[in-house]
Amino acid sequence: MASEQPFTAQADKLDRLEFDVVIVGGGCAGLAAATVCARAGLRPIVLERGRPGNKNVMGGVLYTRPTAEVFGEFWREAPVERSVIEQSLWVLTEDSALKIGYRSKAFAEGTPNAFTVLRARIDAWFAGQAAAAGALVVPNTKVEEVLRDGERVIGVRTSRPDGDVYAPVTIICEGVNPQLTQQLGMQGEIEPRDMSSVTKEVIALPPEVIQDRFHLAQDEGATIELFGDSSARLLGLAWIYTNRDTISIGVGVSLNDYVKTQVTPHDMLQRLKAHPMVEALVDGGEVREYSSHMIPEGGWNKLPQLYGDGVMVCGDAAMLVNAVHREGSNHAIWSGKLAAETAVLAHERGDFSRRTLANYWHRLYREVPTIRDLRKYRYAMTYPEKHRAVLGAYPDLASYAAREMLTVDGVTKREKEWRILRQALRARSVFGMAYDAIEALRLI
Amino acid sequence: MHLIVCVKQVPDTTDVRIDPETNTLVREGVPSILNPYDAHACEEAVSLKERYGGEVTAVSMGPLQAVEALRDCIAIGADRAVLVSDRAFAGSDTLATSYAVWSAIRAAEKAWGPAQVILCGKQAIDGDTAQVGPGVARRLDVPQITYALRVVELDADANTITVERRVEKGLEMVVSPLPCLLTCVEEMNEIRYASLPNLIRSLRYEAVIWGVKDLEADPTLCGLKGSPTAVARVFAPPEREPGEMIEGETAAAKVSGLIARLRERLGQSAPVN
Repeated sequence: MASEQPFTAQADKLDRLEFDVVIVGGGCAGLAAATVCARAGLRPIVLERGRPGNKNVMGGVLYTRPTAEVFGEFWREAPVERSVIEQSLWVLTEDSALKIGYRSKAFAEGTPNAFTVLRARIDAWFAGQAAAAGALVVPNTKVEEVLRDGERVIGVRTSRPDGDVYAPVTIICEGVNPQLTQQLGMQGEIEPRDMSSVTKEVIALPPEVIQDRFHLAQDEGATIELFGDSSARLLGLAWIYTNRDTISIGVGVSLNDYVKTQVTPHDMLQRLKAHPMVEALVDGGEVREYSSHMIPEGGWNKLPQLYGDGVMVCGDAAMLVNAVHREGSNHAIWSGKLAAETAVLAHERGDFSRRTLANYWHRLYREVPTIRDLRKYRYAMTYPEKHRAVLGAYPDLASYAAREMLTVDGVTKREKEWRILRQALRARSVFGMAYDAIEALRLI
Repeated sequence: MHLIVCVKQVPDTTDVRIDPETNTLVREGVPSILNPYDAHACEEAVSLKERYGGEVTAVSMGPLQAVEALRDCIAIGADRAVLVSDRAFAGSDTLATSYAVWSAIRAAEKAWGPAQVILCGKQAIDGDTAQVGPGVARRLDVPQITYALRVVELDADANTITVERRVEKGLEMVVSPLPCLLTCVEEMNEIRYASLPNLIRSLRYEAVIWGVKDLEADPTLCGLKGSPTAVARVFAPPEREPGEMIEGETAAAKVSGLIARLRERLGQSAPVN
């Protein structure tokens, strides 16, 4: 066990900490960026305020494709939970659920489509990959401000003594609270309507019980998104995801709606857990984790400036979230990867100005279809605000229609259809419904 | 000046539970940390280095993952770190541990010069024995100052150290010749927020790893063979009964309830009015 290593006491003491790339934040975006930079032969440093994964909150479903672009066939060794083979949408009223779902074993074959994950585990694995590639991942170090020479970003100042770090290019992956991005004037004021507040519990249950309740085989997973009464008719979505031996259940509601109604996020989640359909799934489980976080849902209209001289912004800090399709971590990984490749290009050219770094945004928009989706969905978050019936009357109506059509009570189907129509007209005028529908179509 | 600090990696006992069936520590999933008293010892060594010059060597015995505890020492400002790790050390009690640590100190002195001050934490939070520090001092045949609270002065010319130590009823000022071994209490200092260069150095640092052969240690004094301690029984102490709450509508009712309970305890009957 004797080590032959030569002893180097002062050898790597530097007067000035200089790296090829400074990456702020060790989440999905930052660790993907670090891995790509290091593999290309650059020396990146990741500055993480906690430990990778230990403060991140996500539902979470991790889509395979973007992750594999950076981390290869990660699911063979990374601590993923279950391969998602069934996805459902439940429209909830107080006592019922209208369920729409799709299930196919094909999702798990070949390259699986998506996995449920717990960030504390998977991020630690990503950090290990970044470190193995040669990146330096520094934990427990908060970045306080960006260092600039004129307009050009030249590094960052951390909370530690002698804590300035310099690099010709800085990639900001600071997450949902984008203080540095705002400091640089790249993002404006963020308003309550641009944020969702998410509260989540991880509930432990034996794997067999989970598999039984969700009709799954070992390693197979299911996801349920819930809408309507699940967020007490406020603008939001709830979800239930199966992990290996836990269930993740959470609800996210627009901060604006929380502020207006004064409902507490905690009460919202407990209310959801008490719903008869939901209770049956989590019954008997023990709460292992309780967490809360913000999701940036400002969308296309709130995208910050994503590049400047010597700087790029990725992930949640860049608002790259599609709230409707719960896509965030995939965009974080894509953006981290493309920012890293742009940093490599900048090093090759020896040009770190915005002219070269603009490549990051151009490639992100051209090469990542789901980023273009953000533009398509740019009104998605304002739609339910203007069309409250979507959260209020329509879930009830859908429930009424389903119950009416499925009940055999000596009434003809034609009569039932009339009843449903009358019920609908009581809830919303013809013009109202037409308006809702036309706007909904424009959205899609 | 050469300062040597002896440290141990321990389970974070804030998380440790005792398995009621087997009476053993449940260590599964419990993170390992640098023993907090040892962190204070390391901080003291580094601040002595800053006051008087010299180098700090951190020494630990344990499995290979104990290098993480040594990395914490490097982050605080130790110059180098040595891990003594060998199967032959497995199962060491405090006697065998102090032998191994003493052997490591001897080897470190051979490599980097004789030590003037050896610092240890007052005890480890997992075993709580407080025996290894004194055991090492005895083997080194140097004076020991336990429960050290403050190094008042280190006089290189006179070759003495003046230390304030905590005793049961106050403080004691001790002047000792060097070399000398201190065991440190947590009030001794505040552990610094590591500078970024030191933190980075610690992340990249590869500790020197020594086995029995490197230490030229006597295998019969190591590990289980060198450990005369036999554990007769391990048990969890019975849980303390919760205190009794005396209920009552008014303060007066509660007081008379309390008096009645106390009389009952003392076997007295209620006074006849």
